Amino acid sequence: MGGLRLYLEVARRGFRRFATYRAATVAGVSTNTVFGFVRAYILIALYHLRPHLGGLDLRQVVTYTFVTQGYLMPMALFGWTEIEERVRTGDIIGDLYRPVDFQGYWLALDVGRAAYQFLARGVPPVLVAALFFSLRLPTPGEWALVVVSSALGLAVSFGLRYLVNLTSFWLLDARGLSQMLVICEMFLGGIMIPITVFPHGLEAASRVLPFASVAYLPVEFFLGRHTGSDALATLGIQALWAVVLLGAGRIALGAVMRKLVVQGG
Amino acid sequence: MGDTMAVYGRLLAARIRGQWQYRTSFFVYLAAQFTITLLDFLVLLVIFTHVPRFAGWSLWEVALLYGLAGVSFRLADLVVSQVEYLPRHLLAGSFDRMLVRPLGALVQLSAEEFELRRVGTLAEALLVLGLAIAHVPVHWTWARVAVLVSSALSGAVIFACIWILGAAFTFLVVDGREFINAFTYGGNFLSQYPLQIYGTALRIILGIVVPIGFAAFFPVLYILGKPDPVTGVAVIRFLSPAVAAAMALLTRAAWRGAIRHHRSTGS
Repeated sequence: MGGLRLYLEVARRGFRRFATYRAATVAGVSTNTVFGFVRAYILIALYHLRPHLGGLDLRQVVTYTFVTQGYLMPMALFGWTEIEERVRTGDIIGDLYRPVDFQGYWLALDVGRAAYQFLARGVPPVLVAALFFSLRLPTPGEWALVVVSSALGLAVSFGLRYLVNLTSFWLLDARGLSQMLVICEMFLGGIMIPITVFPHGLEAASRVLPFASVAYLPVEFFLGRHTGSDALATLGIQALWAVVLLGAGRIALGAVMRKLVVQGG
Repeated sequence: MGDTMAVYGRLLAARIRGQWQYRTSFFVYLAAQFTITLLDFLVLLVIFTHVPRFAGWSLWEVALLYGLAGVSFRLADLVVSQVEYLPRHLLAGSFDRMLVRPLGALVQLSAEEFELRRVGTLAEALLVLGLAIAHVPVHWTWARVAVLVSSALSGAVIFACIWILGAAFTFLVVDGREFINAFTYGGNFLSQYPLQIYGTALRIILGIVVPIGFAAFFPVLYILGKPDPVTGVAVIRFLSPAVAAAMALLTRAAWRGAIRHHRSTGS
């Protein structure tokens, strides 16, 4: 079996699967961008009253809103229940039969999906915003950190979603749990408002929970908030969560395989 | 009309009975939807931990705006947002089936895709509105109560019309569903904060042309006795019912035109 080549091919399919819907992409980008403007003006009104709140300046906070809008789709922040649906319909048996690692297959597919959505859904809102606002863009060195941190963020995001989806082998309907994950990612994950403006205890908790690793920490790299040893520590937190969550996913799948009985066909 | 409502009622009752069979699932969803919408209010609370007044408004004044806009939006969401599923029916060909039945297509869509769990989001809006009414220092005259109630209803009609206009648009662009979200969900999001904080273009396009400002902001100015920092026209505070009626007429014409020009995919 052609190991890496196989996963690259799966990722390529994941990319192309989403690239088919062009009109839907344009429609989605416009909506993400409009939301970005509304969010930006709310934060601008706040920052006029409290400049430098949470250590961010006006330019950074405007950039934050559009970049977080850009991360919504790549990080599947509105929820993702594809495995869950296949468990509910029984189609999952086909996936489990394949002579390929189950988790690796879905991760590769998700990497392809995210790669497409970074390009198609992530970049445009920021480009449009750059026409209307002065944005704080990363230096070349910071771009490298943004890429690494985003890749780790995707691993954490996938790790969380994969675990939630696997619960459907026990619960059948994991959509409620998936919505709970969305709630945590949106609020504690610093998507709706920067966690630096949270009350201190909540900020400290949010920084160590896995949700901020998904998109907020990559966005902080984008804003140039982490340098030197602090950058390494931040990437370390993300890497730790990625390993823990992906590892937990492997253990959970083992438990699934021990109890799984598929009915019908 | 009476017949239509009777049939609609029976369809809804059947749908609700169906959803009630999966009670655990129903309550999990209800709680999740309630919490997801509550996040917007949590953001508002976080903002007010840093400032005593936002754009000149106190926490409970903004909460009144938030709650009233939310009640309007969630009423429309409960009854009309189902038209979002029109593209799916167009592609599957099941919309043709609706057209040959002796009941309006809108009524059928609304009944067929009805989700009782959306009352969770309505409950959130009602809760915030209730808290705001209890806390704002407003002397509740009959005129203010009348403006509050008429604003909730007019706002619901305005949001419902935006949804239906959006659905009429998806006859032309079947993949355009997410574009409509900018005006519906985006409109609701925008209506939670005082209109003057937005840039001129956004204020005019989403606040007045797509008349989301009339869904809550202008009537709330009257209820709170605030000057109008956006238009300066005093009468605008009372125009929400008229705007809603005009929107309804426009929407009726657009929807009928869309149905008349609709060509089936033939699938």
